[in-house]
Parts: sequence; structure tokens; C-alpha cells
Amino acid sequence: MPETFRLDFTVNGQARSLDTHPMARLLDVLREGLGLTGTKEGCGEGECGACSVLLDGRVVNSCLIPAVQAQGAEVVTVEGLAAGGGLSPMQDAFLAHNAAQCGFCTPGMLIAAEDLVRRCPAPDKEQVREGLAGNLCRCTGYSKIVDAVQAVARKEGQP
Amino acid sequence: MIGASTIRKEGRAKVLGTAKYTDDLDLPGALHGVTVRTRCARGVLRGFTFLDGVPWDEITVATAADIPGRNIVASIHDDQPFLVEVGGTISHPEQAVVLLAHPDRQVAEKARGLVRLEVDELPAVLDIPASLACDPVIHGERNVLKEILITKGDADAAMARAARVFEGEYRTGAQEQLYLEPNAMIGTVEEGPAGREVTVSGSLQCPYYVHDALIQLFGLPAERVRVVALEMGGGFGGKEDFPSVIAGHAALLALKAGRPVKIAYDREEDMAATTKRHPSRTRVRTGFDAEGRLVAMDIDFVLDGGAFTTLSPVVLSRGAIHACGPYRCGDVRVLARAVATNTPPCGAFRGFGAPQSLFAIERHMDHCAREMGLDPVDLRRLNFLRKGDTMATGQVIKDDLDLAGLMDRAMEEIAFRDLQKAYRVRNAWDDPIKRGVGLSVFMHGCGFTGSGEAHMASVAGVEGREDGTVAVLAASTEMGQGKNTVFCQIVAETLGLPVDLVEMAEVDTRFVPNSGPTVASRSTMVVGKILEDAARGLRLALLQGGFLAEPYTPAQFRAAVAAARAKLGSLKAYGQFKANPEAAWDDKTYRGDAYPNYSWACYAAAVAVDLTTFEVKVEDFAAVQEVGRVVNPTLATGQIQGGVAQGIGWALWEDVTFREGRMVNNQLTNYIIPTAADLPHIRVAFLEAGNPFGPGGAKGIGELPMDGPAPAIANALREALGDLRLDEVPMTPERILQRLEEARHA
Ligand code: FES
Ligand code: FES
Repeated sequence: MPETFRLDFTVNGQARSLDTHPMARLLDVLREGLGLTGTKEGCGEGECGACSVLLDGRVVNSCLIPAVQAQGAEVVTVEGLAAGGGLSPMQDAFLAHNAAQCGFCTPGMLIAAEDLVRRCPAPDKEQVREGLAGNLCRCTGYSKIVDAVQAVARKEGQP
Repeated sequence: MIGASTIRKEGRAKVLGTAKYTDDLDLPGALHGVTVRTRCARGVLRGFTFLDGVPWDEITVATAADIPGRNIVASIHDDQPFLVEVGGTISHPEQAVVLLAHPDRQVAEKARGLVRLEVDELPAVLDIPASLACDPVIHGERNVLKEILITKGDADAAMARAARVFEGEYRTGAQEQLYLEPNAMIGTVEEGPAGREVTVSGSLQCPYYVHDALIQLFGLPAERVRVVALEMGGGFGGKEDFPSVIAGHAALLALKAGRPVKIAYDREEDMAATTKRHPSRTRVRTGFDAEGRLVAMDIDFVLDGGAFTTLSPVVLSRGAIHACGPYRCGDVRVLARAVATNTPPCGAFRGFGAPQSLFAIERHMDHCAREMGLDPVDLRRLNFLRKGDTMATGQVIKDDLDLAGLMDRAMEEIAFRDLQKAYRVRNAWDDPIKRGVGLSVFMHGCGFTGSGEAHMASVAGVEGREDGTVAVLAASTEMGQGKNTVFCQIVAETLGLPVDLVEMAEVDTRFVPNSGPTVASRSTMVVGKILEDAARGLRLALLQGGFLAEPYTPAQFRAAVAAARAKLGSLKAYGQFKANPEAAWDDKTYRGDAYPNYSWACYAAAVAVDLTTFEVKVEDFAAVQEVGRVVNPTLATGQIQGGVAQGIGWALWEDVTFREGRMVNNQLTNYIIPTAADLPHIRVAFLEAGNPFGPGGAKGIGELPMDGPAPAIANALREALGDLRLDEVPMTPERILQRLEEARHA
């Protein structure tokens, strides 16, 4: 495997390109290579979900994804959620429901929540809990997060 | 303002992902620091060598020989070194020996594996029984880090007169705080006009603890040491004392390198090396009269403190004071000991010793009730503390206390009696799923124990800023609990301003006074009260100085602040903790008012256990607590729900496994904490009662939720499983199976 390679991909709608090691973790490429520190590392082994990003529309743990796998892909991080200076509806609901306490799980949780609502527009409480089971939070006990996700789903689920 | 669900102050940055935590900061020229550890539970360090494989000339190396001041982490007792010295004793396997730093994280990591330690190993003490047996002696004369005796009346005589006497032994394991952000710290050492200046910033709960530790490590005057608390991804007590160690390490490397050094632990290192909840073993003996009234209590409470004293004396103290639970009893003896073992020191964790002893007494009361043929609810009702009663330390309950009402409220919330009836019928069916409901009633002392607050004499302040807004000056840190928001609410209420005109100042020891550590549910009640005084002082200064007249609008207030600043240069007002003159406490005899007051609670749990897998699911949970006035209902509810989740985790899954003094399941793959799918919605209700002490009547809330879940769940499991007693935390499937097998063969 070559020492370094040129990674060309789209991050939060912008074409980006940088030299990196093919086996570098996507997490480090985002945080150190591009300065997108919104994505967090909680465990480095695919268990906590703090590093969740969207890779071609799928939620992945960026601590497990080698950079080479992002070649040509489209990545969305928490920094890409807010629209036009404001908050996305999900970010707004997290804020209003106190679903972000220490905030460390929040970027990954938001990515997972956005994806969940996209896949399942009107989830019941159980579906939200199952859908977010890959993202650990130690502060909230999840109740407020479930409330926030359901609030968004209700609003968007309505005609 | 007080009582409103104001939106979290720093919430916007958190949902945008722009909030900067320690490891998010990229300092130009900074090195990455790593730690080489002893890997031996007990022994003597003979030396170390550096093996080939990395360019050692590029790597900064720091050892005990590089320490300019004292090689001691400042705490209650001076027994923990920052780094083990050559010729020195090794007391646990995660002690630091050598520190390394390099611009490239990977190179530093590789170098860590290339330091060889030469060690003469010694036999180690690895658990409470071995420590109590002095097999061998590793600390003092009998391995005791701290001993406390609380006596009231004559427990032996009362026990001899009792109609019935019951005994039980209860055990709890270590628990990892598992804040989602691992520990991280950045150290910088510079030459200033007056000499060396040390700055450390990072993820920490108690800036002035770290400040004190660095002053001693470097032998510098206070004003040349600076500590900054950055955004913190959770603490729960785990970032109370340990950050002093990492701060010292980062600063030492920075001194050697002449450049800033960042030490960021990964999850595995964080779990293995940092503090945990103290494992415990409690023996409870109680005597009752013929009607079921408690007449005697004799409690032997032991905590495993690990290798060094650190915070164990105060954790022990809280555990001992809470050991009798919320019950009246004339004759009491509590013997409490924290013992030494060769594991990393245990430390602060939400609840601070109380969850351990409350688990024992709340399990024990259920056990006694059943032995006497009474309903556990009725037995509690008969024995609750009431206004005018005295607790074990002699503290008199002065508030109108209605624990029976609190218990009724929690039972109502979860439909306790209906569930109980239905479950009893259904548990007789031939179905592998058995269900039960159980509850626990408990209290938590608010603020520091005993004379702690008086000694601390905390100071906090407010500042009128140039733009007319107000800044809150306090060393209390935000770790997700909502302190930023609650402090601003308290100050805004006192000043009659909208809350967006009040902001927290950066928590930097150079600018904020020592308002004490962010622990023990003291922020809202103790520091909040000081801030209320400080804000009153600011208002008075503006009024008396003729800058402002009452009533005023926010705009007039802002104009007055600007005018006063223009004239006076700066505009700050401070408050200081004032001890209640009526409260008396004696540290030697453990008599008196242990806390300014208590918060009270009843938690109820409905559980299902599957007799094919022995897995337990909490199907419903109600947390009802009397906490004085609730400053911010949304934030308070969230804090309780999160704490209950942590309590459920401790009760059922979180099982720290030590081998030869090292945590061996130090990963999220094998240390299991609850996910969203493992938990029910947690019902939360607050009852408010007057309390003249806190701001607007507020008491502490943050630790209650750790105290109640484990005994409520254990009591519910007892209902589900018939006669089976589960007296050990965590109640994992393996343990439940083991108890069932034992019962079958008994
Ligand atoms: S950091 Fe990637 S899952 Fe935890
Ligand atoms: S808000 Fe702290 S971990 Fe989720």
C-alpha cells in the first residue's frame, strides 16, 4: 500500500482534497486534516457512536472507516447540518428539549437522529430507542433525546 | 427566572458542533504526551531502559527526577506521587513512571511500548477481604486509610432488648464514570517577567484543586500558576481529583520540551488508569420491637479505597452518614473503614459513598419486613424520620418532612399496588418471564459534609461589563448539568433582568475567585446562594451610588452599569459562604449537623426477569424527589433522568473486572452501559418544600438519582423471584443464575 494518497471527496457539500495515508481513519482526516472537530471520538472502536457521520447517506462510525473508503464519497458531519446560519429542525429540537447536556455525544446523536427520521418519518418511542441504540449518551438517560426526535418527526410527518 | 425552563446557555454551540473540547484545540507547535505505567500491582522500581525503534533524540522524556517542586499530588493526605521514582515503591499497576512527548501521536505511542521497566515484584492485596486480613500489610499498620465511628445511644444494649434481630451482608462493585469525553489536558510553561509561569487548560471539574496541585509540583507562588476549565464532555466525579495528575504530567512535559504538550487519553487508558466508584461491603444488623419499630442498628461499612488515600476519607464519611437511611432509631453504631488495596485509587462518583451504604440499608429493610411477615412499604412507613427526630449524628430534622407522602406519590406514579397484584397472579403461571415492583426511600445531604463548607469559605462574584451586561464569576464548571444556565437564572432573578443579559465568565483561575469544586450538588445550593448575595451587592452599589433608581428597566440597568464603570473603572461585587451560626459539627466525634439540609426521594421500579436468559429489563421507573425549589425544571428533569440511567447501569450491567489490580474489561465492548433501547422512559416528579438555605429555596438534586435505582431494582427482583435474595451489585445474569443455583441446592 502506498505511503500517502490523494483523497478527493465531498464534505458538507464542498469538494475537498488532501494527502493522507490510505488507512488513516476518516475520523482523523475530518478532525485533524480538515479541522472539522464537531465529530468526536468517544471510544475509537465502533461502540459509542460519537464519531457518527453520513457517508453517501449512510450513518457510519468514522473511527472505523479507512480514509481510502471515502474516495469520491459524500460525507456529512454535524457542521453540515445547519442550514443558512440557523439550526436544522433536529438541532433546534435538541436545544429546546435539553437533549444536549454535556454535548459530547450530541454531534453523533444528531447525525443518527437525522438519518432515523429520514428513513422512518414517524417513529414511535420504541423505534426511536432502537434507532439510536448505536449512540451512547451518559448524561441524559435518553428520555429528552427521544422527545426531541419525536417532536421533529411529528412536525415533519404532518402534511 | 427561577422556576423557568430557560434554554441551556451553551446549548447552541453544542448542537452546532462548534463547542470546543480539549482535544478539539489545535495548538501550533504542541506535542502529544503519553504515559508509561508500572504494570505491576506492587513492587520496587529498580530502573528503566529505552529500547531501539524510535528516534529517541526527537522525543521529550520526563521522569520524577525532572520535578522542580514536590513529587506529591496535593490532596487530603500526601501519599500519591506524580511519578514513581527509581528505588521507590510501586503501589498499583497504572502508576506513571515515565512521560514521553513527540509532535506525532503515533511516534509517541510507539515509543511508549519501548520503555522497559526493571521491577522487583512484591505480593499484592487485591480486594477488601485480603486487605482486612492484613495479608500482607501494604499501608500503615493495618491497611486502613480512614476509620470513622458514629454512635448514638447504646446499640449493643438496645440490640439485646430487641424482639427480633436481623443480619445481612451487601456488596457493590466498582463503577466507571464513563463520561463520554476521555480525560485531556494541555500544559504550557513560559518564562514571564517574574519567572516561570505554568498554565494548564483542560477537562476538569475543580480548577482550584488542579491549581493547588501545580503550585506544589512546581514550587511556584499561586499567581504564576493558571488553570482554565474548557468545555467538558461529562465528569460525574471522575474529573474531580484525577485531572490534577494529568495536569501535572502535561505541565512537566511542557517544561522539559519548552513547548505546549497535550495529553489526551484514549478510552482504554482512561478506563484503566483513572478513578472509579469504591467497591463496598456492608454488614447490617438491626433490632426491632414487637410492632416492627427499629430499636437498634449496628452497621459495619467498608470501602475499597485502592492504593492511595485521595478522596476516600470524604467518600467514606458520606457513606457512613447515609448508612442508616431515612429511618428513626434511638441506638445506633456505624463503623466505617476505607481500606487500601493495590488497585488504582477509587475516587468521586455521583453519590459519593451514599449509593453503597443506601443499597445495603434499603435492601436490608425489605429483607427484614419479609422476615417479620410485614409489607416492606408498611415497615418503612412505620419507621420514617419525621420533623423533630434526630439522625445518627444527632442532627435534628427541622423541616416538615413527609416521607410517607413522598412514597405514596412515587407508588401512585407507577401504579405500584395494581402492578404488584397483577404480577403476583401472573408469576404463578408457567411462564419464564417473572415480574416485580420494588421501591427505595432515601436522602442525600446537600453540599460538603460537616465543616467542609465553613473551611472552604467559597467566594463568587458578579461583574458589570462594558456593554452593561453582567458576567458571573465563579470557578464552578459546566459538565452538562446546567450550571451555566442556572447561575445566570439566579443572578438574573436577583437583579430583575432577563436571563440573556447575564453570561458566565470563562472559568479561569486568573479571573474567577475560588468558589470551590464542582461536586456534591453544591453548585446550585451553595454557590448559587453566594451569587445571590453578590448580585444583591451589585444592585445595592448601583442604587446607593446614584447610578440607578428603583424600579428600573433592563435598559436603565445597562446604562447604569456603563456609567458606573466609566466612573469607577471596574464594577465587581463578591459574596462569600456564610456558615449557619446554629449549625454545629464536630469532626472528631462525628456529632452535629452533617449537612445544612437533605434532599429526600422515593424511587420505584417495575422489572421483568427472563428465567431462560436471566436478563433483567426495567419496564417502568418513577423518580420522585423533594428538592426545595426547582430552578430550571427541564434541566433538572434531564439531570435526574441521566443519573437514573447511570444508576440502572450500576445495578444491572456495569461490572468492572480487575485482574492483578488492573481493570481488564476497559473497553466499551466489554464494559456495558445502558443504550436507549435498554431503558424505559424515566418518570420524574419534583415536590417542592421550603428551605431557607439555598437560592430561592433550592437544594441539591444531582446525586439523588444514583442512590435509589439499585435498591429499588433489587427489591423488585426479590418480588419477581420469590424468596431469592440479590444483595450484590451489579445484578448480572451470571449472578442471578448463581443465586438461583445456590437456592436450589440449599
Ligand atoms: S469513537 Fe467511533 S464509535 Fe466511538
Ligand atoms: S449529553 Fe453528555 S454524553 Fe450525551
